[in-house]
Amino acid sequence: MDEFDVLYQEVILDHNKNPRNFGTLDPFTHKAVGHNPLCGDYVEIFLFIDGDTIKDVKFKGVGCAISKASASIMTTVLKGKKIEEVKDLFERYHTVLTSKPDEPVDVSNLGKLAVFAGVREFPVRVKCATLPWHTLMEALEKKDSVLKME
Amino acid sequence: MEKDLKALGIKVEKKKEFDVYLVRQDFPILHRTVRDKPLIYFDNAATTQKPKIVIDALVNYYTNLNSNIHRGVHYLSQAATTEYECARRIIKTFINAKHEEEIIYTRGATEAINLVAFSYGEAFLSEDDEVLISHMEHHSNIVPWQIICEKTGAKLKVIPIDDKGELILDEFDKLLSERTKIVSIVHISNSLGTINPIEYIIEKAHKVGAIVLVDGSQSIQHVPIDVQRLDCDFFVFSGHKIYGPTGIGVLYGKKDLLEKMPPYQGGGDMILSVSFEKTIYNVIPHKFEAGTPNIEGAIGLASAIRYVQNIGLDVIYDYEMELLNYATEKIKQIPEVKIIGNSKNKASLISFVVENVHPHDIGTLLDRDGIAVRTGHHCTEPVMRRFGIPATSRASFAFYNTFEEIDVFINSLKKIIVKFK
Ligand SMILES: Cc1ncc(COP(=O)(O)O)c(C=O)c1O
Repeated sequence: MDEFDVLYQEVILDHNKNPRNFGTLDPFTHKAVGHNPLCGDYVEIFLFIDGDTIKDVKFKGVGCAISKASASIMTTVLKGKKIEEVKDLFERYHTVLTSKPDEPVDVSNLGKLAVFAGVREFPVRVKCATLPWHTLMEALEKKDSVLKME
Repeated sequence: MEKDLKALGIKVEKKKEFDVYLVRQDFPILHRTVRDKPLIYFDNAATTQKPKIVIDALVNYYTNLNSNIHRGVHYLSQAATTEYECARRIIKTFINAKHEEEIIYTRGATEAINLVAFSYGEAFLSEDDEVLISHMEHHSNIVPWQIICEKTGAKLKVIPIDDKGELILDEFDKLLSERTKIVSIVHISNSLGTINPIEYIIEKAHKVGAIVLVDGSQSIQHVPIDVQRLDCDFFVFSGHKIYGPTGIGVLYGKKDLLEKMPPYQGGGDMILSVSFEKTIYNVIPHKFEAGTPNIEGAIGLASAIRYVQNIGLDVIYDYEMELLNYATEKIKQIPEVKIIGNSKNKASLISFVVENVHPHDIGTLLDRDGIAVRTGHHCTEPVMRRFGIPATSRASFAFYNTFEEIDVFINSLKKIIVKFK
């Protein structure tokens, strides 16, 4: 396996082809739109939050395999999690993805998200993998907002 | 091919022999590997590779000639000035301008368009006027006009394009009126490949008294240009797209227009005398070349032009059309691929989208095989919107590309499509 096989491993290709939790949530409590004008990627996240727990989540959007799989896998890990836990997870995920390719990283506490560790070999694609997460953070901050990533 | 060229109004001369493997020897970078694969460079519409002769011209300049031009009395300054001005003459001859001083050096096509928009536009546009561009312009031929229209109150009008990616000329005819003061149009589209009928556009625009700027960023390296025969008022291009260095470009303008235009930037070289009471501007071209210019860039560009002249643009055009036709045929055999831009008259580039595979994934996976293509909106977002897509992949060919490279590209593309099934 070279770094390309890692980037486009089966799990990612599968989530790209069959995205989980794809669609809109009705009713929802939180929503945000993320947009990467450079490549036209677009993602919309809907959340149903009860107290400090994410009860349900769905997403919509168009984008490359990495961004779609990232959004899809993200939705599968959010349900039932507390907001603080999610923020923590994003911190760790972000740290791994933005680390230098030759730096040692710990992916043991990333769970399913560990499949994206290979993205750090492709600096121009890191935004693809983080756009859904940044959008999620936006949604958690505000009830309805539009995020632009340059 | 000859018929094609004649249909485009291009003079056909006797053909020279063309040996692609021989010309490839001239380009050092074509011999490197990328990810342990021989580099296949299909991003020529973004920038072209440089022949050794151009690289040597830059090295020679800094090794033997470096000094500031004009005003110097010492040997080196005079030698550098001579080379710099000699380069202007080579460019003048290449596009068949009438006068040497009609060639203004700029940083590139973008700066050249901005120069015309800000100098000519600001001085001569007013509220009831209109500027006409097309739906397939590069952002650099949209935004300067938006800014200037905002400033002057003039209106920006857009010639629509059809599903094949061609200008709708009936609509152009309708949009054209006494109010039209400037038509600024791309010669060859960088995202669709369409070769626009600029002769027709120039003739029609002149009938209503409008002036015409032709964005030759994608034509200067593919088809012979004769600005006098075209009768365009301005013609712009970037050096780096015609095998020359980055940071140098050209604005050609008709002498009488350039002379009546106010300066674009102030500084050294663009003045005859300066006092706090009154400054007297220099004559063209110097009026528009404030500050120490890109001397080695101008010299490098001239050397690139001589290189191209040596091969012959007619020979280049013929060979590139063969590459285009070959690649188009091959791509059309892949059912999942759709070509964006299907004009009858196309330059050697193919924009395409693939069912269920995003252009960025295609770009990354082609790169794995050492193949460089561009993915994205190609600085033509309105074109993307017109076709209802966020982005395309674009393979753009130069005369140093080969049929074998196209085969490798097609196989790589097929592999990617299977991977995403
Ligand atoms: C059609 C067209 N116009 C203008 C430009 C701008 O050229 P530059 O960035 O060299 O100024 C380009 C370059 O991509 C182009 O393709």
